[in-house]
Amino acid sequence: MTTAEKYVTAAYLAVFVVVLVYLLIIGLKLMRLEREVADLEQRARQRPEQDAEKRKAVAVG
Amino acid sequence: MLRANRLSALAALALGLMGAAIAMVFFYAPVDEDGFNQKIFYFHVPIALTAYACFGWGAWKAFVHLWKRTPGSDLESYVAIHQGVILGVLVLVTGSIWARYRWGHWWVWSSDQLVLFLVLFLFYAAYFMLRFSIEPGPRRENMAAVYAIFGVVLIPISWLAIHISRDIIHPVVFTSKGPQLGGSQLLTFGVCWAAILSLAACLYNVELAGKRLDARLKRLRESLA
Repeated sequence: MTTAEKYVTAAYLAVFVVVLVYLLIIGLKLMRLEREVADLEQRARQRPEQDAEKRKAVAVG
Repeated sequence: MLRANRLSALAALALGLMGAAIAMVFFYAPVDEDGFNQKIFYFHVPIALTAYACFGWGAWKAFVHLWKRTPGSDLESYVAIHQGVILGVLVLVTGSIWARYRWGHWWVWSSDQLVLFLVLFLFYAAYFMLRFSIEPGPRRENMAAVYAIFGVVLIPISWLAIHISRDIIHPVVFTSKGPQLGGSQLLTFGVCWAAILSLAACLYNVELAGKRLDARLKRLRESLA
């Protein structure tokens, strides 16, 4: 491999690595958003149960 | 659904064009008198032009935000500038690699073109410092929009620097007489630019979708609290 070829390879690798790191960051963010959605789903499911418990606890009269 | 389909189509287009661009750079475009290292320019110049386009798009969205108060235009402006800064890093890195081989230096301070691009890059890098030093809300959005619009003035200066400056060390490809490239080189350059533009558009839409989803989840979390 000539010196020029080494420099060209380095330049193209730099582009590839930056795009890859960017996609990795986006992927990690997507995983965080998925966890948040799962957490909110769980909260939304628990909410009717909590509301029902509250209704039972209210004393009448 | 339509947005997801559009994004998938854009991603496929970017992937196809990127593959074609790399194949054309290494197997179709001839090696000119500058030598094999000239092949860096097929990505370096389109990345620089796409960075300018991102900064311009960010400034346009900032203007739309200030003018029409369109919801989401501030976020679009922010994401476009973020893309521009990432591409700016690539311009500086690929340019420095080429310069190290051709000039024997990673950086030459006497070149107006290089220094002005660095000023443009640092200006937009400072955009994030300004944005995140202010509490979220209309004040942050307005100040960031004004800053983004001011920055766009630097784009034509950076573009024209090579023509108005007296240094001759930075190669000039696009002169007043037209592009100084052969037919196959110009075609390869065009495909490379289309590939970088489509890649930037794809990443812009992916990041924007993520940011919009993040904002929606935040609102949902607040309403459930």
